[in-house]
Amino acid sequence: MSAIVSLSNVVKSYTRGKQTVEVLHHLSIEIAQGDFVALMGPSGSGKTTLLNLIGGLDRPSSGEVKVAGERIDQLSSGQLAKWRARHVGFVFQFYNLMPMLSAERNVELPLLLTSLSSAQRKKNVQAALTVVGLAERAKHKPAELSGGQAQRVAIARALVADPTLLVCDEPTGDLDRSTADEILHLLQVLNKDHGKTIVMVTHDPKAAEYASHQLHLDKGQLVEGDVKAAA
Amino acid sequence: MKQVLAVTWMNLRSLPSRYLTSLVVVVGIALVVGVLVALQSMGKGFEYTLKGTGSESRALMLSAGVTAELSSYIDPGMVALLRELPGIQRDAAGKPVASAELLVITELKRGGDDVNVALRGVEPAGLTMRPEVHLAEGRLFKPGLREVIAGRAATRQFSGVTLGATLEFRNSQWTVVGIFDSKGDAHESELWTDADTARSAFGRPGASAVLAQLDGSKPPADSLKALQDTVKADPRFQVDVLGERAYYNEQSQGVTDNIKFISAFITAIMAIGAVFGALNTMYSAVAARQIEIATLRAIGFSGLPVMISVLVESVSLALIGGLIGAGAAYLACDGLTTATLGANFTQVAFSFAVTPDLVERGLAWALAIGLLGGFFPALKAIWQPVAAALRGA
Repeated sequence: MSAIVSLSNVVKSYTRGKQTVEVLHHLSIEIAQGDFVALMGPSGSGKTTLLNLIGGLDRPSSGEVKVAGERIDQLSSGQLAKWRARHVGFVFQFYNLMPMLSAERNVELPLLLTSLSSAQRKKNVQAALTVVGLAERAKHKPAELSGGQAQRVAIARALVADPTLLVCDEPTGDLDRSTADEILHLLQVLNKDHGKTIVMVTHDPKAAEYASHQLHLDKGQLVEGDVKAAA
Repeated sequence: MKQVLAVTWMNLRSLPSRYLTSLVVVVGIALVVGVLVALQSMGKGFEYTLKGTGSESRALMLSAGVTAELSSYIDPGMVALLRELPGIQRDAAGKPVASAELLVITELKRGGDDVNVALRGVEPAGLTMRPEVHLAEGRLFKPGLREVIAGRAATRQFSGVTLGATLEFRNSQWTVVGIFDSKGDAHESELWTDADTARSAFGRPGASAVLAQLDGSKPPADSLKALQDTVKADPRFQVDVLGERAYYNEQSQGVTDNIKFISAFITAIMAIGAVFGALNTMYSAVAARQIEIATLRAIGFSGLPVMISVLVESVSLALIGGLIGAGAAYLACDGLTTATLGANFTQVAFSFAVTPDLVERGLAWALAIGLLGGFFPALKAIWQPVAAALRGA
């Protein structure tokens, strides 16, 4: 299968005061279309930084990041925002839903960036909520939902615009084991049945087992993994 | 546009959860606008009172070089000459319609303090040529008797000025025999008596000023100009001829300028405080919504709608504060009567006037404070890197 995500010789460093800290050291990886990859590693290993680069939330200090055939490392902030709207769905550890909006209004947010009509948006929202099994909670606000349900709404929001890539940052980090399993199972279904490419950061080895491949990072370098590491 | 509306709507919907910090902006700006409108309504009321005094068709003759009636004195011989000037209206009997008036300061009580009140001696023509003056209660003073009629505002402002009351000035007793209205103008703060009685009581045979009705042969401005030219051309006349209305307009200028300066100064200082209050509140608002804003930006919303939403919130709060402040100033001050020293060093009673243009000015200040207070927090909301903002850093 062709690579949907390709990182080549990527370095990411931050400046803290007078010190420059290199978080990722000349990293090169490829992720195939339709894959479900778990990024693992201890705190500070650089996995969230890597996820942010893949999701277009951040830019590398050097190297090349290509997603869906497009180099995103040289896009401006505005161009990146437009690119994210077209290509990436995000799932966060704490769901990051808008507390004042109902589930369906939360899910509709990415569609406000498209040219779809109101009726079409409503239809797509309904479909996304059905996929995550929450069609009947469409009118509920986040505070009226359990953690698992809130995360399902967040997944529906990530899916609704049919992105190229789902980027999940510790999606089960705030959930109990059984709810976490339900969410991971849902991600697996989205990957297998709906063909979604998923990149997920997790601390949890059990969560990582739901992925097709695992990739371990330590101190900004790939230490082991069954995803193809580019030469 | 969809983005702007969606983000702004979300932002405004989240306001109730931040009502305490939002209240800081509303209260701060309400105070600024309230004080501004209240202070300026005082100036506006004073200006209305004096600018509403007098008529364009009457000329006021004062001794040359003086700026106020009280410091003017025209001797009896000159008064007689002035009455006969061409361009002054004549009555049916062929007598000039002119009133040689004597203005003196008397003292009355107001709230326990002695205050200066103007006593005006007027001739019969002075009453007939002022149609705005209307005897509301009692009767007119009788020549030769120490009787006065009091302006409506004087009865409200000064202690003991009531119909039938006896007032004492210059060691003599004067009876209030009537109350007059004059459409709320500056004369309503005066006491009026017969001109000759005033002259004899105060030992001043001449007049402070001669008020004359311009004849209607030409437009008032042209008649006035002709009268001024006549007086200027004749070296016997050491007098200035002014339009009566222009004279009172001029009288209001000094006081209203002072009030404007003081109100602008106080408002500017308070506004600086309110801007900092608004900045603080909006920074808190942006900080409280940091994750939400970062999430929207991660999803693909651009910076502009986020920035607009912060500005809309700040401006909305500011305008609410502005309306509350202007409303409070209106309720507390509009129509409130007070008195201050006019240019004659006598008390002029006037009412505060909260006018639409003052409310507009107050709201313009509120808008400016809101924009300034929201601008930098709005910039912060969009400048922070998304990845860092998502971590809550």
